[in-house]
Amino acid sequence: MIPESGRHLHVVRPGALTTVQDAGRPGHAHLGVGRAGALDGPAARLANRLVGNPPDAAVLETTLTGCAVRPDRPVVAVVGGAGCRVTVDGRPVAWGAPVRVPAGAVLDAGPAGTGLRSYLAFAGGLVPDPVLGSRSADLLSGLGPAPLGEGDELPLGEPASGGPPPHAGPVPWPGAPAELVLPVHPGPRHDWFTEAALRTLLTASYRVSPHSNRIGLRTEGPPLERSRTEELPSEGMVMGAIQVPPDGRPVVFLNDHPTTGGYPVVGVVPERALAAAAQAVPGTRLRFVRA
Amino acid sequence: MSGAGGTGGRVSGSGDADGRVSGSGDTGGGAHGPSGTGSASSAGSPGDPGTLRVLPAGPHALLVELADGEHAEAFHAELLRRRERGELPAVRDIVPAARTVLLDGIAERAPEARDRLARELVSWRVEPPRGEDRAPVEVPVVYDGPDLDEVAALWGVGADEVAALHSRTAFRVAFCGFAPGFGYLTGLPKRLHVPRRTTPRTRVPAGAVALAGPYTGVYPRPSPGGWQIVGRMPDPGTLWDPGREPAALLVPGTPVRFVPVEAGKAATLPAPRAGDVRADSRADT
Repeated sequence: MIPESGRHLHVVRPGALTTVQDAGRPGHAHLGVGRAGALDGPAARLANRLVGNPPDAAVLETTLTGCAVRPDRPVVAVVGGAGCRVTVDGRPVAWGAPVRVPAGAVLDAGPAGTGLRSYLAFAGGLVPDPVLGSRSADLLSGLGPAPLGEGDELPLGEPASGGPPPHAGPVPWPGAPAELVLPVHPGPRHDWFTEAALRTLLTASYRVSPHSNRIGLRTEGPPLERSRTEELPSEGMVMGAIQVPPDGRPVVFLNDHPTTGGYPVVGVVPERALAAAAQAVPGTRLRFVRA
Repeated sequence: MSGAGGTGGRVSGSGDADGRVSGSGDTGGGAHGPSGTGSASSAGSPGDPGTLRVLPAGPHALLVELADGEHAEAFHAELLRRRERGELPAVRDIVPAARTVLLDGIAERAPEARDRLARELVSWRVEPPRGEDRAPVEVPVVYDGPDLDEVAALWGVGADEVAALHSRTAFRVAFCGFAPGFGYLTGLPKRLHVPRRTTPRTRVPAGAVALAGPYTGVYPRPSPGGWQIVGRMPDPGTLWDPGREPAALLVPGTPVRFVPVEAGKAATLPAPRAGDVRADSRADT
């Protein structure tokens, strides 16, 4: 099955949920295809840069429990994003900086100590077959490679000649937020909510719900009361949209969000603020503030 | 696939780390009146889109709300025409829906572009929906769905008349959503609109041809769903093919006709094709 000359990663431990992600597949929303892509885009891009890849090369995105892989050729890798213990064949190595993984050695990104999602970039990038121009897994629509399973083989690309760029000292990886503060642009459907609900949204303290996933950051906190209770015909949804389902608890749409939805969107969090949302562990305090 | 049990793509209150969304979800419904107040308006002469509202959807997007689905389709067609002519600022996604069109990713490097476009949109004169000049995509259907009797009763006709009424209708893809390649097709007159099933099915097979509200849809792959199933498309693989451009057979704006076939003969039919030129029309030239 696997060509002998190929370079591959063998999945030793897939972790709770590990997916292949790149910059996603923008521009197909009119066909019902969402963006997908790394939830913490800056972390994925930085990890790529440190191994000499283009910023949109495909990486692994873990969820809380990390993952372990074994390359069949020597490869330079970086584990970044959520902070975690990194080992090669059991020996501790640097987090957030390039490490050389010998052929047949196990690179293990441990459970996240801070943050939620670690990113594993490999020189040459991961190269499963792209779908609509992207190698990202979209968990809502089922496009792209399936989440990693034990024993899976993932094809690796050829590293750029010259190897990774010289590494000049520590790199500023953003930490996980102790408190998540998300700026909100009101609309398009803020007028479907009571004045009190809008005040609540911008003043109350929420927490990140354990039911959050790549589709949306779900919240626990005071429900938002609607002033209009009729059904909203399906309409287009943007990334960062704060959709309010019937239980009144805001859901912030992340990369795998549906392209259309039928619950009103009270406001929108700008995309640049969503990387922090991707690293907020369940239980993190959350405030919405006016953008 | 999500449990967004029908089509609205709604996400309700629960889910899990695998990205599944559980809970309710249903059709966007249909016969809703125009929304609300405070409209920016370009109302006026016949053929105008009537009232339209331009709503903000974050720093780089606008949600344009039209009076109804027909006007939304006309506005969407106008947007595509203007984009084709190079008269639109860079917009990453143009997403039509039930009575709105979302413009997302508007000239992200020019912060004022969104507001300029918003001011411009309200002054547009939009041509009314035109008679269709393209040959429709033909979708073969075996009308033997489990909800055929229910739909016939709601329509007040015999079960054998559902196929005739449905296949006589000129449909158009109003928008996509719910799943890649799932089109919401409009065209049924109001008296033929039907409610969703009271109990959604946990699994609707790929190819199911189903009705809800003003819409007809064909499921590109198995998923949960609450629409009334009247038939099945024998070869649903053509609905979604990521290796094809466009990947969806039923792209917004596409005219569609359903062609009744008998169960036994379904296998011999040519597969429907995306695009404007059909094999039969080419044979004439």
